[in-house]
Amino acid sequence: MLLISCPNCGPRDETEFHYGGQAHVAYPENPDALTDRQWAEYLFYRDNTKGAFAERWVHSTGCRQWFNMLRDTVSYDIQAIYRMGEPRPDLERPVVNNPAATTPEGATK
Amino acid sequence: MAETATPVNPEALRAARRSPASHLAPSFETGSVSGTVALKEIPFQTMVGVRVARESDAGARLASVTGGLPAACGEISGNERATTLWLGPDEFLVVAPESAHDSLGGDLVRALVEALGEDPGQVVDLSANRTTFELSGVRARDVLEKGCSLDLHPRAFRTGTALATEIGNIPAMLLKTGETSFRIFPRASFADFLGRWLLDGMREFASPEVP
Repeated sequence: MLLISCPNCGPRDETEFHYGGQAHVAYPENPDALTDRQWAEYLFYRDNTKGAFAERWVHSTGCRQWFNMLRDTVSYDIQAIYRMGEPRPDLERPVVNNPAATTPEGATK
Repeated sequence: MAETATPVNPEALRAARRSPASHLAPSFETGSVSGTVALKEIPFQTMVGVRVARESDAGARLASVTGGLPAACGEISGNERATTLWLGPDEFLVVAPESAHDSLGGDLVRALVEALGEDPGQVVDLSANRTTFELSGVRARDVLEKGCSLDLHPRAFRTGTALATEIGNIPAMLLKTGETSFRIFPRASFADFLGRWLLDGMREFASPEVP
């Protein structure tokens, strides 16, 4: 069970959340101009990263807000949690067991 | 918003309706252990869902009706009229006694609708959405901890705090009203399940403690 620090509610069990797939997949600027293949790639093709992966989560049974999370897909370490619309944090090296992401103090209230 | 038809005789309406856990009332009575833990349903509370930006003018107007809008997760606010629970950054649940409902002579929903006016946001009568359980007694926390993974120790979960979480794997609001008393707001369709879950959790306290 992951302990996920919701930016609004603080640390909660993984079962309170739902997964929303890869983050930062921008809507095409001009969808009409895309070929069928490009459109299909926008809709269905996602990275399958080994290591740090930016993904979206929603706190379904809490505040019902979406947020982004940078998670290591191998170790499941949660490296960063940040709000929707914020850019992916540039972590130079993978931070292992970042306490800010798993303690109550990590949640902005 | 569609107006709820005001019945000619409110008492006839009240006699005709059944609360979501009314069929469990005898079980709640026999399952409660005097002086240890007690469970009962508080049916038909008036509940209004409010969505509005707190800092906006409409937010300020709504806050003047509800006695403030809570600012952060866990906080509640209220006045003699109603209690307001934080559901999200721009989402609140106003809870008031049954008599506050417009169909029974109250004016809470109308007052909130008028406070919002034409501004962005919503005020929805959700009185039938959830029911209320009151779990009280020195063992109430032990019963809850069987199905809720929050830290319910008094140092972390203080009186006058409300959190949206999962209890017995179903989503519910949990409000701490006193040192040993909690109110749980499950959706109506989960009331039967959660009532039975809590009764099951209470059962061990009816027997003498094994040393």
